[in-house]
Amino acid sequence: MGVEGIGASVVRKEDRRFITGKGRYVDDIKIVGLTHAHFIRSPHAHAKVKSIDTSAAKDMPGVVGILTGQQIVDDKVGNLICGWAITSKDGTGMKMGAWPAMAPEIVRFVGQAVAVVIAETKNQAKDAAEAVVVNYEEFPAAADIRAAIKQGAPQLHPEAPGNVIYDWTIGDEAATEAAFKAAANVVSLDITNNRLVPNAMEPRAAIGEYNEAEEHFTLYTTSQNPHVARLVLSAFYNIAPEHKLRVVAPDVGGGFGSKIFIYPEEMVALWASKKVGRPVKWTGDRTEAFLTDAHGRDHLTNAELALDANNKITGLRVKTYANLGAYMSLFSSSVPTYLYATLLSGQYNIPNIFAEVISVYTNTTPVDAYRGAGRPEASFVVERLLETAARQLKVDPAELRRKNFITQFPHQTPVIMAYDIGDFGASLDSAMKAIDYAGFPARKAKAKSEGKLRGIGLSCYIEACGIAPSKAVGSLGAGVGLWESAEVRVNPVGTIEILTGSHSHGQGHETTFCQLVAERLGVPISQVQIVHGDTDKVQFGMGTYGSRSAAVGLTAILKAMEKVEAKAKKIAAHALEASESDIVIENGEFKVTGTDKSIALPIVALAAYTAHNLPDGMEPGLKEGAFYDPTNFTFPAGAYICELEVDAATGKTSFINFVAADDFGRLINPMIVEGQVHGGLAQGIGQALLEGAAYDSSGQLLTASFMDYAMPRADDLPSFKLNHTTTLCPGNPLGVKGCGEAGAIGASAAVINAITDAIGNNKLEMPATPDRVWHAIHG
Amino acid sequence: MYETIYHRPSSVDEAVALFGKGSDSKYLAGGHTLIPVMKQRLAAPSDVIDLGKIKELIGIEASGDTLTIKAATTYFDIMQSADVKKSIPAIAYLTSVLGDPAVRYRGTIGGSIANNDPAADFPAALVSLGATVKTNKRSITADDFFKGLFTTALEDGEIITQVSFPVPAKAGYEKMRHPASRFALTGVFVTKTKAGDVRVAATGASQNGVMRVPVIETALKANWSAAALDSVKVSDSGMLADIHGSAAYRANLVKVMAQRAVTAAG
Repeated sequence: MGVEGIGASVVRKEDRRFITGKGRYVDDIKIVGLTHAHFIRSPHAHAKVKSIDTSAAKDMPGVVGILTGQQIVDDKVGNLICGWAITSKDGTGMKMGAWPAMAPEIVRFVGQAVAVVIAETKNQAKDAAEAVVVNYEEFPAAADIRAAIKQGAPQLHPEAPGNVIYDWTIGDEAATEAAFKAAANVVSLDITNNRLVPNAMEPRAAIGEYNEAEEHFTLYTTSQNPHVARLVLSAFYNIAPEHKLRVVAPDVGGGFGSKIFIYPEEMVALWASKKVGRPVKWTGDRTEAFLTDAHGRDHLTNAELALDANNKITGLRVKTYANLGAYMSLFSSSVPTYLYATLLSGQYNIPNIFAEVISVYTNTTPVDAYRGAGRPEASFVVERLLETAARQLKVDPAELRRKNFITQFPHQTPVIMAYDIGDFGASLDSAMKAIDYAGFPARKAKAKSEGKLRGIGLSCYIEACGIAPSKAVGSLGAGVGLWESAEVRVNPVGTIEILTGSHSHGQGHETTFCQLVAERLGVPISQVQIVHGDTDKVQFGMGTYGSRSAAVGLTAILKAMEKVEAKAKKIAAHALEASESDIVIENGEFKVTGTDKSIALPIVALAAYTAHNLPDGMEPGLKEGAFYDPTNFTFPAGAYICELEVDAATGKTSFINFVAADDFGRLINPMIVEGQVHGGLAQGIGQALLEGAAYDSSGQLLTASFMDYAMPRADDLPSFKLNHTTTLCPGNPLGVKGCGEAGAIGASAAVINAITDAIGNNKLEMPATPDRVWHAIHG
Repeated sequence: MYETIYHRPSSVDEAVALFGKGSDSKYLAGGHTLIPVMKQRLAAPSDVIDLGKIKELIGIEASGDTLTIKAATTYFDIMQSADVKKSIPAIAYLTSVLGDPAVRYRGTIGGSIANNDPAADFPAALVSLGATVKTNKRSITADDFFKGLFTTALEDGEIITQVSFPVPAKAGYEKMRHPASRFALTGVFVTKTKAGDVRVAATGASQNGVMRVPVIETALKANWSAAALDSVKVSDSGMLADIHGSAAYRANLVKVMAQRAVTAAG
């Protein structure tokens, strides 16, 4: 592998600038003439904007302009779109209400913008915003799923009667019904999957800049996918044509899905920069992040499992209500459907599955993809059911899982997915060994003798990453393709630039992507530069989400590398007067195999650009591009086991041990993979124990700051023991699967299974706060 | 944040004079409450008078039966103080579980009790230990000082100069941390005075801020032990209730934290 090649734990190149405060984020960018935007946001969850009086504000010091929702409608800026069409079981399309970037008439969640003040300084914009008088007529609000679907509930959008966006099904209902009729045992569970606030370290920000002479726009934005942002802004929002719009996503401080979407503030910054004739910057504060970043999860589910007399699973039936908030965010429709129900087979051979998903509007912040996006919800349903079934049937939870594992691959589930490869037994074995599963009963008994409640919980997750291929996702309603592009430029002096459509916002691409080049060419990673995040530099790309950047983005780089290598070999063979087929690449040199003849990469590169002596007919230069569209998803899977103790007197949970055994296929940089798993586990444990967005019945967000929303801190978490088992993904040449979301997908169920084991009561909702655990014990 | 005038006086008298000159003055101690609300534009003082650099307000003295902590002494200095550890170790422990290192380096005892957040730790220590709050004008007993949520006996412009604690026979503090804010979801300070009296104060529990817990005091006076509280039932009437803890849960915590505090006190 070499010291910097694939499989080496190379220290991250990008960390020098991050840990020395030299990163360049959107808010760090200064432009001559910059103005500052402050949004006026609705304090009500549901209301009519009766009037907006800007007369006192418009002449205040520093004010450059005040723009309202009506003006954005009048300028024919498009409503926000949803990029995945879902069809209800009755054949009708999803019922989508209009979402203008600023509300001209009706506001539907607390924090929705109705106007924006643009001034010379942020403080002046805030001062003037306080002088704008907005007159609201308050309406009753539906603040959660139950309130939205009950008879007589307040209606959010005229397009969606009963607040139902779609009622979608997947699987064979009749066959599943028959499986339940014939079942020896049925296990049923009601599950709440709690709403989460992503809370990336860097709040969202945007700068819009309009060059009047060239009729050209630039948007600097906190995006995971700047090309998708440009596409959507051009094709649907009518703000600027694609060739007149540059989108730059520089250093971005975390996304977790929440920065996939093109938000109203970015649209307004861009639109307003032309309206006021000055560059416009908006940097969100933490309160705005809580109120307006797309939230995650928020399901109510009833799930049932049918088993035969031998404890083999014969059927799974799921009914889920998904809360999509007040408007349909960019990929919101796909999360509780194709990213959720298609994973309900878990790691198990389940012949019959039927799922119904009803997505509803509520007067809350829009909900969309958040680390895992549908798959954590699916894994939680399956793994809570398996654990509950084991307890109900009085069998060992590990053995019940093992008995039902899929062992033959490829495996076609009843819910679209075709698992390509895996070894679920190996992961479970590894995790059980790491935690000394066999010794648990003795540990539990010892703890009991000391007055402690000890529990153990398993979670055998599977996920689908690198969502693909484009043709398949298109047939399911997606509005985009899900390939990736790359370009490899070998400069005349032999240094290399990799242009990628993937976007790094914490993942470490600037290191891992270089490691592929080091592996292939044997050059040090210091000779390689990763270029990303700028639509003027990279031709096109789909961005980074869904753990796709290694499986899809890096494979695209590999495809371009192969083209570069092929051409370079031709040049080297020509120079060395050897046969092209005899050229091998080692340590940055092109060698004639079996001889001592070689030529270094810089000499080959220089030859390509001087073009003094190239093979007949060869174009000068050494630069190649590739687009890569995978043939299938990848299927990372693994087993997590959590051992913990509960203090019965306070309900407080303390971790004893947490082990992970993940199968991510080939690891490019094990250290970075470990970091990804740690972060994912922190988010999964955060969901299980700490995090939960709560609204009151009027639609006010009760958890709108870190004083009330409990983000996991280091001392909330155990020291993780990570292991890996490996089956190489057959779907891509690198054999990689993706590791970014696994921890967040698998951890929650392990924790809740462990707590419910400890307290002997299966009725416990997330977050399992000490208060809730204490009530579960004591009533 | 709105514009304000920042002052850094070097004496209490200068601070009081500055306070009187401003149209809407505020004293600044550690700033953990005032600065965030100013940043959110929820407070707009004309003048901010920083008490943190007034030398006569900083320091710890232990003499005979009294521990005196001056008002602008930071939690960190209290936690580290040999005098505190020797005379009332429960106070050193309380500061060690108060916030995080960044909070402890800036937060002060005077700022904490002047703000009287219903979930702050120090009010419980003052009430339980029967401390006396000294200001630039007078002395006030802890029982008279705390007047409910975010309310104290302090008059406009009055500055806390120090807090004096009678050194007890035994004292202990335990708290359940709020999962998000790390304030006390509920904290209980127990004291057995040298005269044999028992005083127990709970923070984070009552809707009226720090409170004495007579039912626990009675039980502990009869028998200073955690087991003495096994059969005690703390009423949940008047207890705070929110998404992090019901009234019943907090009532339970008052008892459980009291038991653990007694054990810690020895």
